[in-house]
Amino acid sequence: MSVDPAESPPSAVAPAPGRASLAPAGHPPEGRRLLGTLRLLAAFRSHRLVRYLTLLVAGLAIWAVIYRFLLPFSRWLAFDVLRLRETSRLGSAVQFFVYDTPKVLLLLTLIVFFVGIIRTFFTPQTTRRILAGKRESAGNVLAAMLGIVTPFCSCSAVPLFIGFVTAGVPLGVTFSFLIAAPMVNEVALVLLYGLFGWRVAALYVGTGLAVAMLAGWVIGRLKLERYVEAWVYQTPIGETAEAKPGWADRLQAGLGAVKDIVSKVWPYVLAGIAVGAAIHGYVPENFLASAMGEGAWWSVPLAVLIGVPMYSNAAGMIPVVQAFLEKGAALGTVLAFMMAVIALSLPEMMILRKVLKPRLIGVFVGVVAVGILAVGYLFNALDVGSMVKGG
Amino acid sequence: MATNPLQIKILGAGCSNCEKLYETTRKAVQSLGVEAEVTKVTDYPEIMKYGVMQTPALVIAERVVLTGRVPSVADMTSLLATALAESAPGDR
Repeated sequence: MSVDPAESPPSAVAPAPGRASLAPAGHPPEGRRLLGTLRLLAAFRSHRLVRYLTLLVAGLAIWAVIYRFLLPFSRWLAFDVLRLRETSRLGSAVQFFVYDTPKVLLLLTLIVFFVGIIRTFFTPQTTRRILAGKRESAGNVLAAMLGIVTPFCSCSAVPLFIGFVTAGVPLGVTFSFLIAAPMVNEVALVLLYGLFGWRVAALYVGTGLAVAMLAGWVIGRLKLERYVEAWVYQTPIGETAEAKPGWADRLQAGLGAVKDIVSKVWPYVLAGIAVGAAIHGYVPENFLASAMGEGAWWSVPLAVLIGVPMYSNAAGMIPVVQAFLEKGAALGTVLAFMMAVIALSLPEMMILRKVLKPRLIGVFVGVVAVGILAVGYLFNALDVGSMVKGG
Repeated sequence: MATNPLQIKILGAGCSNCEKLYETTRKAVQSLGVEAEVTKVTDYPEIMKYGVMQTPALVIAERVVLTGRVPSVADMTSLLATALAESAPGDR
């Protein structure tokens, strides 16, 4: 059965054999109805984009207005409404709390939104394509950076690992990615920036990336492929052909990320800022200085040793970091503790045990721990404690 | 109507989000009132056959439609409706 080509331009859905599933041959009316539905769907999709864009512009405007008036509002509330004296400790603490909490949350919302959009461009499949067949060293650097923007959850570590190594991503490069992904991300960056200033945030991100690159490179040099469970390399990998997202989908992903992450993280932000304000007057300033200060050489290994089996995400560490820094612990020790908790943990080892033999897990933990130790000592030696905002 | 129940698979090795996706899917299936068989796939080699690198993932009629996130019940319902329409185009 043939269709007059003049009647159906090439762009239209003709009941050709290749399109059989879309418009079954022999049912032209149905084919036309389907085409109509598709057109309607397309119209609705572009309409969705318009709606999201309107929402985005309105949201950004509201964001800017709130951000602009945070400081005057906090001063008005603390000093005019509550009638606290500006010079009193309570007054400044209240004003700080009212100002800082929404400020950090606003920054978090904005960054998480845009990173959520960026992430739609870097699916694990894209990242794998970029990394497959890359030489080591350059591959390690790239993998650590991609770890920041590729969506990752530690529960996906195993399928990701299998997907990477079977596609020809070198083992060490895969590890660079697996180390950087949970440790260096936009949440850690924003929270550290908001609470401790940009220097601490930059230090954490920079050294975190360096640890991921170097540890992955070392693991690659050690040629440990035989300690990957044998079945991993024999696993047949299917192809997924997920639909390419449109801009409406990307904006929706950004909003979804905000809803998802901010709803989980805000209690930690609140706790972090409250801890800073609450223990300010009650625990002596240098309470931890002798145990965790720069003078105590053993404090860094101890912090790493305690931190490795523990698990928390970056946000959960913020109140702890706040309390430690406030009470005189050295910055290097605190950063080392934070990294050890986030990058290495017992639950993650147990998940990875499914694809790695114990010896490789041991090497992985050892190499990363040594890297973190080096970071801790480096910053304690450089005496960068004064970089912390306000201290 | 299709005679075979729609095959829906939840890929993921027992993480909390996998459980959430399973529940969401069941609710959506119920609200649509369709006949569907929802099964969990926790075996890694089996998961990798679908080429998925983020769990949980949702497979409808052997096609991966979702990876790495848990949608709302409403989103899931429209997702299922689309998949149903696509899997049985000539049955009406």
